[in-house]
Amino acid sequence: MQPLQRRILLLTAATIAVGAVGLARASTNEIRISAKKFAFTPAEVRLKAGQPVVLVLTTEDRVHGFKMPQLGIRTEIVPGQETRVEITPEKPGRISFFCDVFCGDGHEEMDGTLVVEA
Amino acid sequence: MLLHDRREFLKLSGLAGVVFASGLFPGRPSLAQAPDFHFIQFSDSHWGYKGSANPDAAHTLEKAVAKVNGLAQQPDFIVFTGDLTHTTEDAAERRARMKKFREIVSALHVKDVRFMPGEHDASLDNGAVYKEFFGAPHYTFDHKGVHFIALDNVSDPAAKLGDEQLAWLAADLKQRKADDRIVVLTHRPLFDLAPDWDWTTTDGAKAIELLMPFQNVVVFYGHIHQEHHHMTGHIAHHAAKSLIFPQPVAGSQPKRAPVPWDPAHPGQGLGVRDVSMASTPAPKLTEIDMAGV
Repeated sequence: MQPLQRRILLLTAATIAVGAVGLARASTNEIRISAKKFAFTPAEVRLKAGQPVVLVLTTEDRVHGFKMPQLGIRTEIVPGQETRVEITPEKPGRISFFCDVFCGDGHEEMDGTLVVEA
Repeated sequence: MLLHDRREFLKLSGLAGVVFASGLFPGRPSLAQAPDFHFIQFSDSHWGYKGSANPDAAHTLEKAVAKVNGLAQQPDFIVFTGDLTHTTEDAAERRARMKKFREIVSALHVKDVRFMPGEHDASLDNGAVYKEFFGAPHYTFDHKGVHFIALDNVSDPAAKLGDEQLAWLAADLKQRKADDRIVVLTHRPLFDLAPDWDWTTTDGAKAIELLMPFQNVVVFYGHIHQEHHHMTGHIAHHAAKSLIFPQPVAGSQPKRAPVPWDPAHPGQGLGVRDVSMASTPAPKLTEIDMAGV
């Protein structure tokens, strides 16, 4: 198999596996989202459908979760580290995310939305 | 409960109304040898909560204790399926709340009381203070031929049972026969009830997989603050009402939020559950409402 063919095949597999396309980091936009009890900042992020982005997640206080069930994504945000999540939302709509590591009274309200525009 | 879930459950189990008979062990066609006892399920008392969703929060648990003490037929035992207390980041306050909770429930006439934690009790300190007051967060016990398994899906703040507990569960189940009667008690739903609302257990599917070979399994849980019934294959899962505030039906509104307190109907949507496993009539669940109490 030629290298280019192999690369395309791997990208296609990634799309199927996570519902989002993992692409080369150099060609993507980065969006920083910070977590702190009990909110994400920004809590609403606007994206373009079909445009790959990297969500760069950080926390200001403690471990938080980051879960987007619609895209099958779940990770943890650890103090002192950047957690990078590559996605390409394919269709316009709203994709919710929330903290799924219980962090105190207010945890249930710690969520946000990706607004995907055409 | 999602309407289609309820319809499906009623269809499967032939249930109707607030008080209903249920095939608690759908895989067992004959109940001739069913043990003659019942127990009460309390859930989500959230002692220490202060908020508009329950202006009577300081008294609701006491009223529930009095209500159960007034039952004509006292249960063999009582279980609390988690969120005994409302969360606090202050460990001293957490201890004070658990101490007060324990003091209130000590007024129960029935002294065989089994506890398990919810995320409000245990997730901020991996269950450390909970264990000081109530012991191990996962355990088994047997009563009149029924095997009870309490699972802890909250001491890990990421809502996991964890490999160690799953191995413990597998080892326990190895000692059971396929037609043994098994009741699982836990806080969060073991199945994906509403992942968008975090109404799930991260690795709950692994526990269900371990339980699937057994014909007579039923799960009682809390967390979602409402009555809910669901089947995963032949395993029935029953969520109980809370004793603090009801939550909306999953997906019925954009975000989770307590159902507002209705001054015209205080206590509406709150309650405890009686689980009767007597042979005649068939095992049944009875919802005991706190409305107007």
